[in-house]
Amino acid sequence: MKKLKYILFLVTLAIYLFPLTVESQQQRFPKPEFETGYEQPSTITPEPRALALEYFDVLVLLVVLILATWFALKTRSRQGVLWLSVFTLIYFGFYRNGCICPIGAIQNVTLSFADPTYAISLTVLLFFLLPLAFTLFFGRTFCAGACPLGAIQDLVIIKPISLPKWLNKTLGLIPYIYISLAVLFAATGTDFIICRYDPFVGIFRMDATFLMVVLGVSFLLMGMFVARPYCRFFCPYSVLLSWMSRFSKWHLTITPAACIQCKLCTNSCPFDAIDFPTNEKEVVKSGLGPKRFLAYAVLIPIWVAAGVFVGERSHTFLSKANPDVFLAELLISNPEIKNDPDNLDVQTFLASGKTLETLVKDAEVIREKFYIGSMIAGGFLGLVIGMTLLNTVVFRKRQDYVPHKGNCLSCARCMDYCPVEK
Amino acid sequence: MFVAPVSTGGLIFREIHKQMENNSKSKNRREFIQSGVRLSLALALGSVSGLALSKVVKDDYVWQIDPFECSQCGRCATDCVMSPSAVKCVHAYDLCGYCDLCGGYLKPDANALSTAAENQLCPTAAIERKFIEEPYFEYHIIEDLCIGCAKCVAGCTSFGNGSLHLQIMHHICVNCNECSIARVCPSDAIKRVPASEAYKVKGDFSNNPES
Repeated sequence: MKKLKYILFLVTLAIYLFPLTVESQQQRFPKPEFETGYEQPSTITPEPRALALEYFDVLVLLVVLILATWFALKTRSRQGVLWLSVFTLIYFGFYRNGCICPIGAIQNVTLSFADPTYAISLTVLLFFLLPLAFTLFFGRTFCAGACPLGAIQDLVIIKPISLPKWLNKTLGLIPYIYISLAVLFAATGTDFIICRYDPFVGIFRMDATFLMVVLGVSFLLMGMFVARPYCRFFCPYSVLLSWMSRFSKWHLTITPAACIQCKLCTNSCPFDAIDFPTNEKEVVKSGLGPKRFLAYAVLIPIWVAAGVFVGERSHTFLSKANPDVFLAELLISNPEIKNDPDNLDVQTFLASGKTLETLVKDAEVIREKFYIGSMIAGGFLGLVIGMTLLNTVVFRKRQDYVPHKGNCLSCARCMDYCPVEK
Repeated sequence: MFVAPVSTGGLIFREIHKQMENNSKSKNRREFIQSGVRLSLALALGSVSGLALSKVVKDDYVWQIDPFECSQCGRCATDCVMSPSAVKCVHAYDLCGYCDLCGGYLKPDANALSTAAENQLCPTAAIERKFIEEPYFEYHIIEDLCIGCAKCVAGCTSFGNGSLHLQIMHHICVNCNECSIARVCPSDAIKRVPASEAYKVKGDFSNNPES
């Protein structure tokens, strides 16, 4: 009898609970039965851009890359590269609003490695890989004609000034810092800083916050005199492109045949990317001999160690960019904030029913990732600084005026200045 | 391939030839190193693509709001890169009670059940109230006026059926690599969804296993 009662109790409980759990999301006010033959409109949901069009974009990128390579290497035509970059600016810039771009795709690829649940779409992966593959064989023709950010800057160059070598080298370290931070933030699932601080995407969209417009316009204004400042001193993708280009198989050449050392091309490059012949007398006079080389080589491990140390010191600060870490820190350091009705993040967290312990645990996992990540990033930056210093005392024998393969953007400007004919 | 002097005769050619002979040894070595590094870079690229290919999806991804996780904070109106926001209120008519006293349309302290501007909750008057039959009214969102502030959504969710809710409209959304609203969403309600199932409209429960 007791058992029966128990079962009965369970059944009634189930009957009461079942509609509660399932139908709690159903209507409080049931939909009326209309008598006047009212026809209910349907909810309109416009379709997103068709997948075929996304693949079409990849095709356009491929064609533009082939054309840019063709113009820079084969027909040696600045005109061709110029018109191609106008097309890129219109298509990838103003029509496609600058998204997705290979620069930002770095972060998608990183996150797809770091986060097992993150799925990367094939179009994004192709956008990331195609320019790098092309650069490995033909130099940075992507920068010349296929990058909308490069195109918009290339078209505003009016009177480029030549920067001193030390400034070029120092500013050239910024892309390494930028890509390290971008990869660190992407790998920890914190933020996509490359996309967030893209100075030109607001111009492409014709819609941005005031500060981003100011940033974009000031880059363009600066770009009139310091040619393509974003490409040379900020672009994180330029790091990868420069590595590829340095070892490219068929990089463009200034002269179609043999250099006659006429020096006509020396001022033609707005990006200071032409290497002059080595003046051996000066090298001897400067006294930067093997001793200096050895000293800088020994310094490299010290640079790396310093980088790791700085990374380890700064990981707490960097991890605050992560919203979970930030919220956990805020709640611990300032518990009264719970009573602040205006703090949406805190109020939403409190309403969500999650406990502070789980949040702190999540934040600790993320901070651990930052701990390792910032040490790797710091070590990498130390290595880059050490190698850059080492490079300043290495002299390669050069008889000719040649493009610096890493920094050359393959814009084909120098070719018009070369008097040598094929 | 472009360096080799093909047709230049005379002095230049001879000079170059001499230099090349002198440097041929070091040049060979340099070329060997170059091609070695090139090969390893190509391998690195290949392995990155191979690793990524194992997780690649043919479908494209778009951003969408899960209406069941949305907390109606109002950041959709302010943080989208588009202005006005690509987030709009949509109406799941199947769930609507067609109430006269609508929590999404009228202010809580409205002094009359009317279309008078001072009674409307929507700051841009983007909701159209239409009489159907006694005592039922249809509510329709004028998309061009909607700014995605979620005031009506909050009203409808707390006092009504929750038939009004926010969705990202894909003919306006530019599909940023990282959605700037998703970054600031306090309840993480904005997620990447396959482009083939681009909406999470309430009532269309095919996408929602919970109900």
